Amino acid sequence: MSVRLINEAAQFAPKYDLVVVGAGPAGLSAAIEASASGASVLVVDENAAPGGQIYRAITRNAPERQPFLGVDYWKGREIAESFLQSPADYAPATTVWSLNPATTEDASAGPVLGVTLSGVARTVEARAVILATGAMERPMPVPGWTLPGVMSAGAAQIALKTVSAIPKGRIVLAGCGPLLYLLAAQLIEAGADIEALLDTADKGQRLAALRHLPDFLRSPYWLKGLALLLKVLFRTKVVTGVTALSIDGDRKAESVTFEAGHRRQKIPADCVLLHQGVIPGINLASAAGCVIEWNDRQRAFQPRTDPFGRTTAPGILVAGDGAEIAGAQHAAAAGRISAAATLEDIGILSNEAAASRLIAVVRARRNYLRGRAFLDTLYLPAQQFRAPTQPETIVCRCEEVRAGRLREAIALGALGPNQLKTFLRCGMGPCQGRMCASTVTEIMATEHGLSPAEIGTYRLRAPVKPLRLAELAALPQTQDAIFAVTGREATDYSPEEKGTTP
Amino acid sequence: MLLRIRDAVDKVTFTFDGAAVQAARGDTLAAALLAAGIDTFRISIVGREPRAPYCLMGVCFECLVTIDDIQNRQSCLVEVQEGMVVTSQNGARTIGRDDGL
Repeated sequence: MSVRLINEAAQFAPKYDLVVVGAGPAGLSAAIEASASGASVLVVDENAAPGGQIYRAITRNAPERQPFLGVDYWKGREIAESFLQSPADYAPATTVWSLNPATTEDASAGPVLGVTLSGVARTVEARAVILATGAMERPMPVPGWTLPGVMSAGAAQIALKTVSAIPKGRIVLAGCGPLLYLLAAQLIEAGADIEALLDTADKGQRLAALRHLPDFLRSPYWLKGLALLLKVLFRTKVVTGVTALSIDGDRKAESVTFEAGHRRQKIPADCVLLHQGVIPGINLASAAGCVIEWNDRQRAFQPRTDPFGRTTAPGILVAGDGAEIAGAQHAAAAGRISAAATLEDIGILSNEAAASRLIAVVRARRNYLRGRAFLDTLYLPAQQFRAPTQPETIVCRCEEVRAGRLREAIALGALGPNQLKTFLRCGMGPCQGRMCASTVTEIMATEHGLSPAEIGTYRLRAPVKPLRLAELAALPQTQDAIFAVTGREATDYSPEEKGTTP
Repeated sequence: MLLRIRDAVDKVTFTFDGAAVQAARGDTLAAALLAAGIDTFRISIVGREPRAPYCLMGVCFECLVTIDDIQNRQSCLVEVQEGMVVTSQNGARTIGRDDGL
């Protein structure tokens, strides 16, 4: 048995029991679990090969050729291979630009997805949808972060995984969190020379994290974390307590300026890699109408879910880091849990069958959640990097809206992030707020002295990914829709005919 | 901007702003351009500043280029193809061309 590869839009079945969005650990696990239970499953994914970001290009790399990627990366092989041997439909290089939840009026109608593959758009119906869209890096707005030569740490890791390439020239890493140190270790293993790692973690968080330490010491993460930290500290210059970071250069990054220990320093840099943790990617869930709520410990918005990943929208579940940040192994367990739960909802698995599948995996998931509180607390990004104070810092990269302008508009009385859009166009460029939403909320919360939970975030709408007008216009129409527009039955209408103007 | 530490095995050739670029089959276009030493992908719409990919995973939309006459493509999500014609973008996309919008 192997997956049926979907290369063109005509190959989609009109309806599936389950559509999974995303082919990372959560999505692949959900698809394996569901297709083994006899459900018809479609996995759609933006990338050309399975693995998501954490196991990016896992089926194309080999430990002999890319040893620098580390042992945890190769764990993705087993999961990608069992997925490729499953009977699911798999549509790589496919974008999902809309998702409408099941309607309550018609019990047989499930959620509907708008997808594009090879430039052709289609709608696909499902009885249930699992969003396994994963996380994105929390934006780290500092002066100069839009210069060529500045990338996120995740981007450098993706370059390492997909094209076996390391940044050229003098490399500086800046920010905080485990991924920054993991990337440093991988780059060192790959032969890169790192000028410095500038750690912006707020040392004040150490005390707050202390009470979560016993739990962390019982987690699967602590030994790995310690080994990583020691390796980087031994091989690279690490500067802690870094504040007031900015990147300078004429048309590309040339240097990094920062303060550490009350001393201002400037170091040359050709490539600056920024990172301050990851947050759930919520655009699709939010545009589908799922209730979004604030997670104060992780300082991010996430879809509201029950313990099985069911959102507030009928027929839509979220599994993995798209629901709450907890890492790859947790995501794989969460994907299986959501699959079993939703198959029970749609009547493919009996109550008993679902329950028996859940026992072991629910326990495994609990183990992977252990230690997260410690990491979340210790690596909470410092206030000055969440809500940048220098007025010239670009917050919305697409519309080039700076922190100073945002604060002016907030002082004028903008009611929330959505009104800031109308005032300043922040969040209205091609990225649709992905790169500025968290910063805009943080700045507004700081200015008003409120919690981000009270400020809220952008209201998002489909299409959540770019879609050509021609694709939208060429979508197959229902008979009712053709009658509503043309006043004629679908049988005597051709979509090829030209309209006439009176 | 990027330095390949493993040689490309199966090579493909495409053009960027008229110049031939070599890449490996399976490379994303964005990574292939960075590995070919191209450090500016487009000029920003508002401030007319040079921009290059930031996230390489479909989130930031900084890597937008024109591919085979279709504008605003996310080059980090497209695999290179032999003979692909890629051009950088200068400011906003243009409307009114016969490109199917």
